[in-house]
Amino acid sequence: MEDIKQHNPAKVIIAENLTKKFGKFTAVDNISFEVEKGEIFGFLGANGAGKTTAMRMLCGLSIPTGGKGEVAGYDIETQTELVKKNIGYMSQKFSLYDDLKVWENIELFGGIYGMKDAEIKEKTDKLMQLLNFENERDKLVGSLPLGFKQKLAFSVSIFHSPKVVFLDEPTGGVDPITRRQFWELIYDATSRGITVFVTTHYMDEAEYCDRVSIMVDGKIEALDSPKNLKKQFNAKNMDGVFQQLARKATRKAD
Amino acid sequence: MIKYLLKKEFKQILRNPFLPKMIFVFPFMVLMVFPWAASYEIKNLNLSVIDNDHSTYSHRLTQKIISSNYFRLTDVSPNYDKALKSVEKNESDIILEIPAHFEKDLVNRQGTKVMVSANAVNGMKGGIGMTYLVSIVNDFNMGIVQELMPVAPVGSSVPTVQIDSQYRFNPHLNYRVFMVPALMVMILTLLCGFLPAVSIVFEKELGTMEQINVSPVPKTTFILAKLIPFWIIGIIVISIGFLIAWAVYGLIPAGYFSTIYLFAAIYILTVSGLGLVISNYAQTLQQAMFIVFFFMLVFIMLSGLYTPIDSMPEWAKWIAAFNPLKHFMDVMRSVYLKGSNPLQLTTQLLALIGFAVFFNSWAVLSYRKKS
Amino acid sequence: MIMKQLISFIRKEFYHILRDKTTMLILLGIPVVQIILFGFALTTEVKNTHVAVLAPTNDEATQRIIDKLNASAYFDVVEQIHNTNEIQPVFRDAKAKLVVVFEDHFAEKIRHNGVAHVQLIADATDPNAATSFSFYATNIIAGYQQELMAETKNPYQITPEVKMLYNPQMIGAFNFVPGVLGMILILICAMMTSIAIVREKEKGTMEILLVSPMKPIYTILSKITPYFVLSCVNFATIMLLSVFVLKVPIAGSFISLVVVSLLYIFVSLALGLLVSTLTNSQQAAMLISGMALMIPVMLLSGMIFPIENMPLPLQWLSNIIPARWYISAVKTIMIKGLGMSAVLKEAGVLLLMSLVLVAASLKKFKVRLE
Repeated sequence: MEDIKQHNPAKVIIAENLTKKFGKFTAVDNISFEVEKGEIFGFLGANGAGKTTAMRMLCGLSIPTGGKGEVAGYDIETQTELVKKNIGYMSQKFSLYDDLKVWENIELFGGIYGMKDAEIKEKTDKLMQLLNFENERDKLVGSLPLGFKQKLAFSVSIFHSPKVVFLDEPTGGVDPITRRQFWELIYDATSRGITVFVTTHYMDEAEYCDRVSIMVDGKIEALDSPKNLKKQFNAKNMDGVFQQLARKATRKAD
Repeated sequence: MIKYLLKKEFKQILRNPFLPKMIFVFPFMVLMVFPWAASYEIKNLNLSVIDNDHSTYSHRLTQKIISSNYFRLTDVSPNYDKALKSVEKNESDIILEIPAHFEKDLVNRQGTKVMVSANAVNGMKGGIGMTYLVSIVNDFNMGIVQELMPVAPVGSSVPTVQIDSQYRFNPHLNYRVFMVPALMVMILTLLCGFLPAVSIVFEKELGTMEQINVSPVPKTTFILAKLIPFWIIGIIVISIGFLIAWAVYGLIPAGYFSTIYLFAAIYILTVSGLGLVISNYAQTLQQAMFIVFFFMLVFIMLSGLYTPIDSMPEWAKWIAAFNPLKHFMDVMRSVYLKGSNPLQLTTQLLALIGFAVFFNSWAVLSYRKKS
Repeated sequence: MIMKQLISFIRKEFYHILRDKTTMLILLGIPVVQIILFGFALTTEVKNTHVAVLAPTNDEATQRIIDKLNASAYFDVVEQIHNTNEIQPVFRDAKAKLVVVFEDHFAEKIRHNGVAHVQLIADATDPNAATSFSFYATNIIAGYQQELMAETKNPYQITPEVKMLYNPQMIGAFNFVPGVLGMILILICAMMTSIAIVREKEKGTMEILLVSPMKPIYTILSKITPYFVLSCVNFATIMLLSVFVLKVPIAGSFISLVVVSLLYIFVSLALGLLVSTLTNSQQAAMLISGMALMIPVMLLSGMIFPIENMPLPLQWLSNIIPARWYISAVKTIMIKGLGMSAVLKEAGVLLLMSLVLVAASLKKFKVRLE
């Protein structure tokens, strides 16, 4: 898992001097990076570092104050709707419909992304098998336990085989076994060519990513593979790397 | 794409614990209770009489008033102060004081007077009560004049103007006939105004809105998907209204159902559009509900449901002109009672179409997928 | 110690409310808007009604009557029509609401036969307005008749002397202001309180409060206090507006008015409390307050439609609506100018209601905790 895969050089996400200000407060400060096709790109940082804001700009949910961005080959500001056609998204807050059944949620989002009915049905059957959800198929989503919901939300986000999927803290509040299962789903997705952009504050999950960037106070303070970062900061694990960077931030604030 | 969104909306509405019940129960409740309570008819006025004369004429006058069915004799007092007390206690609404020498003065060709005091806390009630009583007194006066005037050849008898009152469109002055169509409009407004408004804000609060915003759903499609179910609900509600109006009150429109459906269709779009606009701007469910409530209140007050628009000052009439509810109410009442057809209602038609287009365009434009 | 806790909780509640500026604005704005509307725009009085006249022979009698109609504030003669076929279209096209039809050779008939006929045809779509038109028109024509008789020196005249009690200018506001008070206070106290409490339940923060060392009664008190204050503010606003803008006087004792209003506020707060124990969703709380409170209040409290006209079952129903008693008391004090002694019945009923409601909600509240 630590080896860097041989990527197709096509860049699926390009951020150039991306900035977001809310009044006087600069949430995202001039960040630049690139993500390659098929990568699992981890976007790390403490709460409030600006991860979610940055992600929302890339998804077309938020208008950048400055800088440019490109997702799946389309400009995030001027070609937003085209971007949206080619991405998947899973928000921090659970956002599937509690009062719709499992298969109904899948059908809805499949249809929204332009899939045909026959295709939706076929893939739904496959997905139910994969997730072991056959018994849950007709249940209202609101009645499922959190772990199921998270897995379902992820599956819905990649149901239409987007080029990139953005995941915002997807494993929050979930037990370690479910987290592991979740990451298996992520690997499955990348093996099918989907690029995964995931934010998290679980440092152990950083180890599962191909490359990782660490945001502190709106800026990217580190960007490399976990292996290289650990060497660079002389740390045993990603947690160690992060601690050093975070300490820098508080000192800066002094 | 819209078919998937529509499926979702309908399923959500049907699964909601409250909505389906509300849609059927609310019109039913309102139409069954309201029309009986809502009436300004002035009847059963409580009369207090102070008869200082105790003569044949004074008795006759009192009798005439009581037998008119507008007044009930609830108090007989020896003097004004006592009579006033009965008004204070809300036992009487109006006082008639007949002076001593009432009969004598009339017979002696002196002319006389009576004192009428009406409780005007409710100005209209006082005014109309006063008017009723005075007109009965006048009538009594005419009778006396005919009796006492020496018989003379035709041409020198007292000139009389005979007045005959006729009532068109509602000959029995049935207040319910007036209220029921108006109430249907009110019900439609409340349901089709509130519910769409709540719908979008609710998704905002839950977070499901974000999932839609990040998807390629076009703004117009999303708004349409919200509108159409409520449009259908509105049509159902108004049909229920028709049913109840017919079954309970025997009311059938003098005009065509199709006319009403046509206007209703446009009106529902208008009101839902407004609800959606509010929904786009409100941050929380509570805010949305209160803003909608505020608008509904003003609209209902200035619609002619409770008080006639004609009696309002100019500035209020102007505001009422921009009130879609008023226009639709005019339509309902005109079609139900006068049998008007769309050609006679072109002002309302154009106004409603204008509003519908305005609000719905605003709803689409103000719906932001990006922030 | 407890006081300190209580005060900090009350402060928190105030922050909640003050931060939602939109809702605040609306809560403070509704009474103002209502007062203005009711005070200046809404009236059941008949004014400037459009009248069409059909007078086959235009003579001095018909002209005098037409002039009298025009001169009154009630009517505006807008059209002369020339035959009976034109009557229906006048109504259909909403050109007039009343048509006055004179007999032909009107003045002549009065002179020679002593009697002539006038037909008043009213658009009875609004039956109440229609009867008003008829009566006012009848009175105006009767006034003409009195003039005629005076000209012929009628010695048998009975002249009515009229006096309007309490509200000589028949200002509609006198009747509406107590109603507005009744509605606003119950809106704020019952609806808002119930929604605020339910919101805490929904968000889960209620549990935190219940787990705290504060007794439940104090939690409730802290929730109620801000809305109590808000209602007092609204009460004061409405009073000021009524007295200075609408010129509705407080003819009776102000203290009695305040006492009665406080009683009513308690009842409403207790109602809000009760509603909040019935449901866990904000939507439901709002719907219940809306349906079960607002609409009956608007309809059955005597605020707009007089109770005495209602069928008996509705009149009984009206008795359980607190607003009905409050509005009646306010009218007696504010407009009739009487004091506490005249409203003992209403005050008693309100007191009883508040005790019953508070007891019921406390009981339900305790049950929920177990």
